[in-house]
Amino acid sequence: MPRRSAAAEEVGIEIDEDVSDSDDGGNRRRANRKQAGGRGRGGGGAKGRGRGKKADSEEDEEDEAPRGRARGANRRRPANKRVGGKDKDDDSEDEAPKKKRGGAANRKKGGKAQESEEDDSDDEKGKKGKKGGRKGGKEEDNGKGKKGDVNGKNKGKDKDDDKKKKKKKDDSSSDSNSNSDEEEESMSEGEMAQLMEEVEEKKKLIANIRNKPWRMKRRLILLKEAQQFVDKFEGALGKGKGRKWYAYKVMMTKKWIKFQRDFENFKTACIPWERKIKEVESHFGSSVASYFIFLRWMYGMNLVLFGLTFGLVVIPEVLMGLPYGSIPRKTVPRAEQDTAQDYSVLMDFNGYCKYSVMFYGYYNNQRAVGLLKFRLPLSYLLVGIGSFGYSLMVVIRTMANNADVGGGGDGEEGGFTFAWKMFTSWDYLIGNAETADNKYASITTSFKESIVDEQENQKDENIHLRRFLRVLANFLITCSLGGSGYLIYFVVKRSQEFSTRDDLSWYEKNEVEIVMSLLGLVCPPLFETIAELEDYHPRIALKWQLGRIFALFLGNLYTFLFALFDEVNDKLEEEQAIKNASIWAMKEYYANYSRLLNDTDATPPPMNPADVIRGPCWETAVGIEFVKLTVSDIQVTYLTILIGDFARAVIVRFLNYCWCWDLEAGFPSYGEFDISGNVLGLAFNQGMIWMGAFYAPGLVGINVLRLLSSMYYQCWAVMATNVPHERVFKASKSNNFYMGILLLILFLSLLPVVYTIMTLPPSFDCGPFSGKAKMFDVIMETIDLDLPAFMGTLFSYAANPGLIIPAVLLMVLAIYYLNSVSKAYQNSNMELKKKMQMARDEEKNRRNNTDSTNQVMKDLEDLLPNRSLIPAAPPEPEKPPEPEARPTKTKPGSAGKGVNLQKDVALASSNPNIRGPVDRPPGPRGPGPGPGAGGGQGRGRRPPPR
Amino acid sequence: MGNKQTTFTEEQLEAYQDCTYFTRKEILRLHGRYRELAPHLVPLDYTNNPDIRVPLSLIVTMPELKENPFKDRIVETFSEDGQGNMSFNDFVDMFSALCETSPRELKTIYAFKIYDYNRDNFICKEDLRKTLNKLTKGELTPEELTLVCDKAIEEADLDADNKLSFADFENMISKAPDFLSNFHIRI
Repeated sequence: MPRRSAAAEEVGIEIDEDVSDSDDGGNRRRANRKQAGGRGRGGGGAKGRGRGKKADSEEDEEDEAPRGRARGANRRRPANKRVGGKDKDDDSEDEAPKKKRGGAANRKKGGKAQESEEDDSDDEKGKKGKKGGRKGGKEEDNGKGKKGDVNGKNKGKDKDDDKKKKKKKDDSSSDSNSNSDEEEESMSEGEMAQLMEEVEEKKKLIANIRNKPWRMKRRLILLKEAQQFVDKFEGALGKGKGRKWYAYKVMMTKKWIKFQRDFENFKTACIPWERKIKEVESHFGSSVASYFIFLRWMYGMNLVLFGLTFGLVVIPEVLMGLPYGSIPRKTVPRAEQDTAQDYSVLMDFNGYCKYSVMFYGYYNNQRAVGLLKFRLPLSYLLVGIGSFGYSLMVVIRTMANNADVGGGGDGEEGGFTFAWKMFTSWDYLIGNAETADNKYASITTSFKESIVDEQENQKDENIHLRRFLRVLANFLITCSLGGSGYLIYFVVKRSQEFSTRDDLSWYEKNEVEIVMSLLGLVCPPLFETIAELEDYHPRIALKWQLGRIFALFLGNLYTFLFALFDEVNDKLEEEQAIKNASIWAMKEYYANYSRLLNDTDATPPPMNPADVIRGPCWETAVGIEFVKLTVSDIQVTYLTILIGDFARAVIVRFLNYCWCWDLEAGFPSYGEFDISGNVLGLAFNQGMIWMGAFYAPGLVGINVLRLLSSMYYQCWAVMATNVPHERVFKASKSNNFYMGILLLILFLSLLPVVYTIMTLPPSFDCGPFSGKAKMFDVIMETIDLDLPAFMGTLFSYAANPGLIIPAVLLMVLAIYYLNSVSKAYQNSNMELKKKMQMARDEEKNRRNNTDSTNQVMKDLEDLLPNRSLIPAAPPEPEKPPEPEARPTKTKPGSAGKGVNLQKDVALASSNPNIRGPVDRPPGPRGPGPGPGAGGGQGRGRRPPPR
Repeated sequence: MGNKQTTFTEEQLEAYQDCTYFTRKEILRLHGRYRELAPHLVPLDYTNNPDIRVPLSLIVTMPELKENPFKDRIVETFSEDGQGNMSFNDFVDMFSALCETSPRELKTIYAFKIYDYNRDNFICKEDLRKTLNKLTKGELTPEELTLVCDKAIEEADLDADNKLSFADFENMISKAPDFLSNFHIRI
């Protein structure tokens, strides 16, 4: 029995080593299969000796095992066609005379001398390994072989058995040494391949060294070694031309890597405001920082839109189009000229502003401008559509990316509530005492909440009251939403009435903007107050809040839009009349002219462009509305920050010295950063830009300025005047929530613009599409005039309903198909998750309370009287090894942990234990997901009974 | 190189860049930060790898660590002697492991080390209790503490030894949504 158990022990060790070998595959210096035998022997021998000290009686068995392995190794060895191969047959016979051993030793020495550089470093590594209490098996072969060797020499003097063993070991190490020896001298194909492999491994090590949980010192040493090795050998690979080519390739790879690194550095340096956002994040947590990241993202997108609009529309018109004053649409009408430069008029975007490049009306319908024959109207239309396309693409791509990031570990609730809270709730980024205090508080409360949940477990007696309160809250909010919607509609209607009158006060002129801004100011806090009734978790409350304010803004927006459409329709009617009038006036002018001169042939001088009767140009009117709205929004936002946050902070801070109560802790206190309001404000503003940009190209420029200034302004404001939230919570996924809102707004703002482009007739005397029945006629015109004829026919075929309808059908089918596929995937995903959960539970049950599962089994089996006794037995022997098998499986090096515990204290020393899991693919459990496989593995790697 | 005085040789910088997730600028900045902690102790010239250690009490005054409830443990874990005396290598190592780009596996290992107070390679109830006390500043009652610890063990412990081995810990952490975003320090 002792013999057998010892053998099993050895096997166990060897398996362990193999496991560690394969696990470390990436970083091993020599993982050649050839030398596996030698390695096993070395490691086994070293181990055996260690134990030999303790119990001499085991000596025999240990010797047996290495011998057996040696034979096994020899069987493998012929593969390397080495010169020393002949000797090994004798060696394995255990008959080796001493002189032979000496010879081997000599040879080994020679090899050592030649390869001293390599060996020294290896030696060092081996020493380090030992010092760290690492087990020999995980060290690289050379070092291990030598370690065993040295030990062998010391011990070998005492016992004959040991000598034999040592000889064998010498042999193996001499083999390996002579291997490298010969590698240098003459390289056969196989050796080259082997060397290549080693070099590759080294390179892999260099690339991955930062992922290793080692001490920096060790990393540096290993890195140096590896680099030296690579430098030394990779040049040696290949001969003649191939060699040079290889060296060149290596050099280029190095250069390339360096370039990549530099480029990466450059790229990170290019991201703006990283430090600012970091600063905010460390003070206010990631939820507030997410707003600024969103703002930065928005700024990037708007820069692109700005580039598109200005590069392709505004600049060409300014540079190549007709100058100001040349045609009626580019001239301030006579009636407005007196006041056109007044500040108040300009602030309303009338006067010179209205007839500037900022607005749609200024653009000429000249087909091609400048020397380059730039198709300005076409470009105008395409940029309008293209900016929508670009925005859609960017938003969707970002959302998909975010979903990728979040999708990894998010969906499954593993039921680790407390464990997660314990180990992952502290935000290591927090570097501010106040934030930290809040975080402590929020963690404590969240723990308490979970505890209460756990204890009561949905024992909520006030459920009816809460439900009632929630319904009430929703009712109130719906009411206020409806009220605000109606208010806006009312105001817009009234402003239409006002627009026909002249005696307007400042308030009456700006009523719409004021009311909308006021609503945006008053409603969110109102909602927040009402939401207190609901008593949601702050993160859920934030989502509700976001949704409600979104509804408010949306309602406002759409009411505003419908009102605007009414106005546009009025203007269109008006335009019809004016068109006739202007034609009539023109005719009149000509008639008068010819009658005055009494010469029907004389061509009259052109009318002064300021005097021409012109239509209302509804596009510019719409553009002005949007610009006004945006500007007033900017003003209100900035003023709110200035008054609501800054003034409040100043008052609280300085009046606190002479006040009855503590202002800082008491009523007014400092403001908190309003995430939901700011995010929605931003998204809503972006919707305005999207809608308005078509009618007012200058709006994009205004928006870029706004975002830029608001980045600095809000960063300053939040740092200077706000305090962190009372409950600092993570903005886990709400970034995608923001994106979703943005996407919805984008879609909603797409609709009216596309509607106007497709259905409304453009004004007859202003804008790039004047004179056409529909705006998109520009495209038709281009196809007809600029493209070859067959393209026209092609497009006419493509536009044929006979083709479009099938295409649409096809798309619908594709969507349907993809949808069902994704649903199927979702289902299978759910199934897998369920299975994983089940497997986990099962395993858990099987592992810990074997009783509970066995109880069921027993009950079942008790029903079968004959077998009641038999199956009950097997679980018994199985039970004890299982709990041990688990750690061994994942920690291959932990065989001698009981002894090593003291040494394991240092981090580096226990690395081998952990290195296993690092290389494993991240999975919920060990490599064997099925319980059967897991059990099998566990048994196979059963550690030696201690 | 462009500096008045060389702090690291080009070679050292390359080696550090290979061994960490930092760019060369960041490594130089790290050295600056390290030096700031003990200007009289740490030389500007690091080309000959001086063996200098800065004690724990100085390291934890860094603003990045100051508020962290586990600061002592972090520093102890990453210091080679286990006492919190950090060489520059340890220092770089610490921030490299905690930086944003380091992989989940590496972070998991170090997190496990950090939360394993008694260094027995298991997170036992006593460790949990200490963690919890630090996290909540001792505001939970003993009963609540016990409950939370029991619950946490029950959730994550797969092999029913009433303590968390690394495998348990890894399994639990690998599913945690906030781990990566929370377990990093920006420097």
